[in-house]
Amino acid sequence: MKQAISINVNGVDHLDEVEPRLLLVHYLRDLLGLTGTHVGCETSICGACTVLLDGQAVKSCTMFAVQANGTNITTIEGLAANGSLHPMQEGFWEQHGLQCGYCTPGMIIAATQLIDRNPNPSRDEIRHGLEGNLCRCTGYQHIVEAVEYAAKKVSGTR
Amino acid sequence: MPNKYVGQRLKRTEDPRLIKGLAHYVDDVRLPDTLHVVFVRSIYAHARLAGIDVSEAKRVPGVVAVYTGKDIGKVGPVPCAAALPDLKVPDYRVLATDKALFVGHPIAAVVATDRYAARDAADLVSVDYEELQPVVDVEAAAAGGTVIHEKFGDNVAYTLTSGEGDIEAALKSADRIVTQRMVHQRLAPIAMEPRGVLARYFPGEEELTVWSSTQIPHLLRTQLALMIGIPENKLRVITPEVGGGFGSKLNVYAEEALLGWISIQLCKPVKWIETRRENVQATIHGRAQVGTVEVGCKNDGTLTGLRYNVVADLGAYHQLLTPAIPTLTGLMLSGAYRIPAIQMNVTGVFTNKMSTDAYRGAGRPEATYVVERAMDIVAAELKMDPVEVRRKNFPAKTEFPFHTATGLDYDSGDYEGALAKALNISGYQKLREEQTKARAEGKLIGIGMSSYVEICALGPSQAMPAGGWESATVRIEPTGKVTVMTGASPHGQGQETSFAQIAADELGVDLNDVSVIHGDTAIVQYGIGTFGSRATAVGGTAVLIAIQKLIEKATKIAAHMMQADVSKVTFEEGRFSVALAKAAAGDGSETAANDGKSVSIQEVALAAHVAKEIPPDTEPGLSATYFFEPKNFTFPFGTHICVVEIDKDTGETKFLRYVAVDDCGKVINPLLVDGQIHGGIVQSIGQALYEEVVYDEQGQLVTGELMDYALPKASQLPWFELDRTETPSPVNPLGVKGVGEAGTIGATPAIVNAIVDALSPYGVKHLDMPVRPENVWKIIK
Repeated sequence: MKQAISINVNGVDHLDEVEPRLLLVHYLRDLLGLTGTHVGCETSICGACTVLLDGQAVKSCTMFAVQANGTNITTIEGLAANGSLHPMQEGFWEQHGLQCGYCTPGMIIAATQLIDRNPNPSRDEIRHGLEGNLCRCTGYQHIVEAVEYAAKKVSGTR
Repeated sequence: MPNKYVGQRLKRTEDPRLIKGLAHYVDDVRLPDTLHVVFVRSIYAHARLAGIDVSEAKRVPGVVAVYTGKDIGKVGPVPCAAALPDLKVPDYRVLATDKALFVGHPIAAVVATDRYAARDAADLVSVDYEELQPVVDVEAAAAGGTVIHEKFGDNVAYTLTSGEGDIEAALKSADRIVTQRMVHQRLAPIAMEPRGVLARYFPGEEELTVWSSTQIPHLLRTQLALMIGIPENKLRVITPEVGGGFGSKLNVYAEEALLGWISIQLCKPVKWIETRRENVQATIHGRAQVGTVEVGCKNDGTLTGLRYNVVADLGAYHQLLTPAIPTLTGLMLSGAYRIPAIQMNVTGVFTNKMSTDAYRGAGRPEATYVVERAMDIVAAELKMDPVEVRRKNFPAKTEFPFHTATGLDYDSGDYEGALAKALNISGYQKLREEQTKARAEGKLIGIGMSSYVEICALGPSQAMPAGGWESATVRIEPTGKVTVMTGASPHGQGQETSFAQIAADELGVDLNDVSVIHGDTAIVQYGIGTFGSRATAVGGTAVLIAIQKLIEKATKIAAHMMQADVSKVTFEEGRFSVALAKAAAGDGSETAANDGKSVSIQEVALAAHVAKEIPPDTEPGLSATYFFEPKNFTFPFGTHICVVEIDKDTGETKFLRYVAVDDCGKVINPLLVDGQIHGGIVQSIGQALYEEVVYDEQGQLVTGELMDYALPKASQLPWFELDRTETPSPVNPLGVKGVGEAGTIGATPAIVNAIVDALSPYGVKHLDMPVRPENVWKIIK
């Protein structure tokens, strides 16, 4: 029995009928074609599927699409504004915060929430703030530097 | 040629698509009418399959087909490329038929119109299992008991002795012999992107295209052609974005062949995306050796000989390189030292588990761990500083090429140089003083080091199962844009950038005018792939030499265009010029008329394609292909030093410092090299402290998800202090050695050495990995 949902994704309203068991990440990827959000573990450990739901970082692999009814979602595809990179995306590029890139969308989304809440995080705070996101390639050090870069850039423009 | 790009810390050209979420991994490739496959996998480690009932599954709405081992005819078997004397090779069918031999062994494939329906139906496939005694403990399996492959009579797949020198005499000549049993626990590679396959068959064209998350598109194509029974020239393998491999995608898997075969049966695209649980169950594991090392030494620390008797847990079947991995361990048992006699006796053993194979380092981390732990044990035995024991046995930098008793010739090295730099950066003497003070205050501080050597740039074809060269085609298009096609298959290492750096410098063009293409067998000439820290050293060299060939041809065309003698034309920074008047006047053969003329390489490229203004005996077009065959491996090295503190209340290990000095030869892009080192060290930390694939006594996989299999997190790690020494390799003209596995090979023993050092007041001489807080806590209490 399908249910009607209304979700705003990256500023666009979507009305769809979905099975109640459809995972949010599959809704985003399979129905909306937003494949930047990745599935890495299906158990909410790795954070590759992280999206912003009403401004909060959530793991879209362990949430049903119907639970997101009436919310505003930002995925990695919606982060760059007017064609220019978000400072966090820029930081990951400048500081080599990614290798294979698979964890990157979720990592970037989680990191934007981190500096939103804590505009000048210490390295320890960055590391703890990203505990819900796993990266197997970088060893995290360049990710920490990427977040520092973005935090500086954002606070500098405030 | 001045280097504008090579050696620079450049950010990557591949990143924009990745940070915007616009890159395409296999599951992001969408084809209309795609069917989805879900596998039914064995829930038992060892069981006879008495019956499989798929009738209920077939009734689920949306289900198109269900295949079992009886339905798939002649597909397979899963290939093993390793050739060892008297190796027992079981018949590894792509779906289990009579028996299931490990948890996760595929039994049936369910195909449906969407993945939820396929999953529902898979749950309704009824398998009648008759449980058999599982073979789990590798040492017990080697000794006897239940036989997994009955036709072989026992579980020993092979035994092999390697090494040079008279080991008995060498050990006899020692003042002391230290002996230590060591366990290299089973690890899961856990690329963040699990495996995935999309296959599409066009019945009219009789063409099959397979998108797979692999490190070896061309080798995969050859093997899949044989497995599926389709002509190789009708099969195209595309490797889109690959979300990490670490060796786990250096393989040929049952699922890849099955998806291709199913697509041919149904004439529709079919897709399978591995779940994380499947990834831990049925993607290769690494390490899994249990061995005992004996080291003979003189009282002054001089080593006389080393013997390593080891049992390797191969799992139930051979994947592509399974039995060969322990042989790499044997090659590297000399470490960074002069050891007159070395012997490895390896017994490869079948167990009811997933196959082991190449996980980042692939047999070499085991060797480095054995040697570097042994050096510390020798130091403790002789009450010497670990630094001095290492120094005592280093070959001097003037002794290279250095022949080892494992049969290798190390290309170049300066082990003392890297050690001295690491000691200097870490402030080693001061660290020891601080340690003494801290101990007096009751703190458990440990200092550990590792002076490693690795074997990289795999490798000469003579030493490889299927070609050790790498290929490149470099083409300058009519518009002057440069296309580089590499047979390597980067999946995060950044060769789209580093190969463009090489090409842009050599051709004198802008970096952004170079596009590096890889991972499509219909576009790129045959290649070997990315593994064994080989892509830049072997594949980058192929790019370099292809460019040299191309410039040679372009020079002839340029000379023709300028109506100059080809011997007078020079190429620099993207322009061909006729030699200056002074030089020309020197031999008097050139008139002054065309002095100072020049044409750009872009102009030459256009002329080469238009082909009106080229010498009569010259082929039109401007491209060159080169297959580079290295004459030897390369041997990167370095010293890692770390400082840890053990929490007496919890047994937890905390890093205070981590210093790594690595020498990977010439560096193309230091930023990428740092990234490789960081990531490698963290995988070492994972092995040292957290990770282990655990099967219980029934062969059940206990660590089947990331909830149980513990990957290192950002908060658990130290700040890495990196530096380098640079000893060029003479093996290739770039002087590059390779860096992809250094961290994973060099770091693990440094960490365990530090922990053992910290716990030495408790009489601890060795601890097996992962060093869990509970084990340490028990020692302290």
